[in-house]
Amino acid sequence: MPDAANTRPAAGADGTPAVEVRDLVKRYGRTTAVDGLTLSCARGRVTAILGPNGAGKTSTIEICEGFRHADRGDVRVLGLPPSDRSLKARVGVMLQSGGVPPAMRAGEWLRLMARFHAQPLDPAALLDRLGLTEHARTPYRRLSGGQQQRLSLAGAIVGRPELVFLDEPTAGLDPQARYACWDVVTGLREAGVSVVLTTHYMDEAEKLADQVIIIDHGRVVAAGTPATLTGAERQLRFRARPGLNLDELLSALPEGSAAKESPAGHYIIEGQVAPGLLATVTAWCASEGVTAEDLSIERRTLEDVFLELTGRELR
Amino acid sequence: MTTTLDFAPRPGAAPLPRMVLAQAGAEMRAMLRNGEQLLLTLIIPVLLLVGFSRAPLINVSGARVDFVTPGVLALAVMSTAFTGQAIATGFERRYGVLKRLGASPLSRPGLLLAKTAAVLGVEVIQVAVISAVALAMGWSPHGNPLWIALLIVLGTAAFSGLGLLIAGTLRAEATLAAANLVYLVLLGLGGVVFPVASFPEGVRPILELLPITALTNGMRSVLASGGGFPAGPVLVLLAWAVVTLAVASRTFRWE
Repeated sequence: MPDAANTRPAAGADGTPAVEVRDLVKRYGRTTAVDGLTLSCARGRVTAILGPNGAGKTSTIEICEGFRHADRGDVRVLGLPPSDRSLKARVGVMLQSGGVPPAMRAGEWLRLMARFHAQPLDPAALLDRLGLTEHARTPYRRLSGGQQQRLSLAGAIVGRPELVFLDEPTAGLDPQARYACWDVVTGLREAGVSVVLTTHYMDEAEKLADQVIIIDHGRVVAAGTPATLTGAERQLRFRARPGLNLDELLSALPEGSAAKESPAGHYIIEGQVAPGLLATVTAWCASEGVTAEDLSIERRTLEDVFLELTGRELR
Repeated sequence: MTTTLDFAPRPGAAPLPRMVLAQAGAEMRAMLRNGEQLLLTLIIPVLLLVGFSRAPLINVSGARVDFVTPGVLALAVMSTAFTGQAIATGFERRYGVLKRLGASPLSRPGLLLAKTAAVLGVEVIQVAVISAVALAMGWSPHGNPLWIALLIVLGTAAFSGLGLLIAGTLRAEATLAAANLVYLVLLGLGGVVFPVASFPEGVRPILELLPITALTNGMRSVLASGGGFPAGPVLVLLAWAVVTLAVASRTFRWE
């Protein structure tokens, strides 16, 4: 077995990243879906692209997959333009939905996809790994949404690709199926496969990704490892009745602290989280006559960062 | 227990013939498994064959089965290459099947080759079943089988072009409606069971230019009368094939 797992290079033999996008622009009529986007996904790593609906995630990924053409900018996949035919065998693709004839049986479709490749994975073993063995003879349209997703994931990796694009791979999966999917992504990473996935789930990005890229309005707003994005800083959180006046509390806190209420009734204190902080905050709560609930000291989550960057408005 | 799978990359496309055969096999199975498709490709042609050969509905010289069988064979080609293929392809686009295949190592020419092979495969079954039923009813075919094969291949090309032209431009539902409508109109007008001679003299030259009429007339001139190379029908089918396939390849939308 090749020892790919231990010698995972960030760049390919030719020194190029798995995916490199520069100044990408994509317009649909008068809507600009991608607006000068620049990103790079390292080889052998898992890159998660996060963003609200309509941020330009799928447009970007579909340009990399060769389904759509860029209006402007430069895209390289494994060092090649996305239209290069040799990429078809090297890159695995999981669409957001569909792609399988509704009447075709799950096992039949996966065997067909395997037949397109020189050294595919054993379709039966792959079905087993994704918990689909008992549905091998079920027509695609009779599979549940989660089963369809897993079959689509299997189709993306059956050809033993170097790079896999997964567009919302765990959308609508139950916890067990999500876990099975994460397990596969982790396995791919360990085997040296580059994975680029889009997701709405922050915990998924935090758990799986080596690199997180947050995009909004067609541009990258933040990129880095989950740890650099969330920062080393910790924060104190608690719930209480909404509308407390925080000025008094702030004056009692060390220099450089910040306190905010977001959303209503949820309070966050940022800054030096020293042992005395807890005492100061609870003392202040007592003086205000409120009980602090769910009081905790923790690191910022990726979700906090995401909401800070992309806002809380529904879209 | 989970199976151990080695995910280490080993990319590579299979040889083209293997990919085309695999895809053609899948398409053929899909056609033979689909109830509506079977109705169209086998049941209706066989019912028409039996009905119009037995019942005195049409006036022809000679045995009715000798007149009806070539027309029903032509209808079978049209039902698979045109109607069935148009509907299936329209829905494949709707369900993202064509898009997903576009990301696989199977190239578009490879996919078209596979579709053609699948259509020809189903036609072999149709010809076998229809011929068996006709022979059991006393059909006595004449002529050179080579001309029949040529007519079927050209008819398949012309009808595939027409089918893909519709499927590649209209929505799936519109394709379904259009393909069935065109099928019915051509079935009525193309001399399949009703002789073209029974239509007014003025419209006959136009009817003769329809692909179904060309195929029916060509098949009949060989099978019923033992005629030689059917030059006229071959030319008409060739023209339809060239024009429809050229336009379809330019207008076809894959997603």
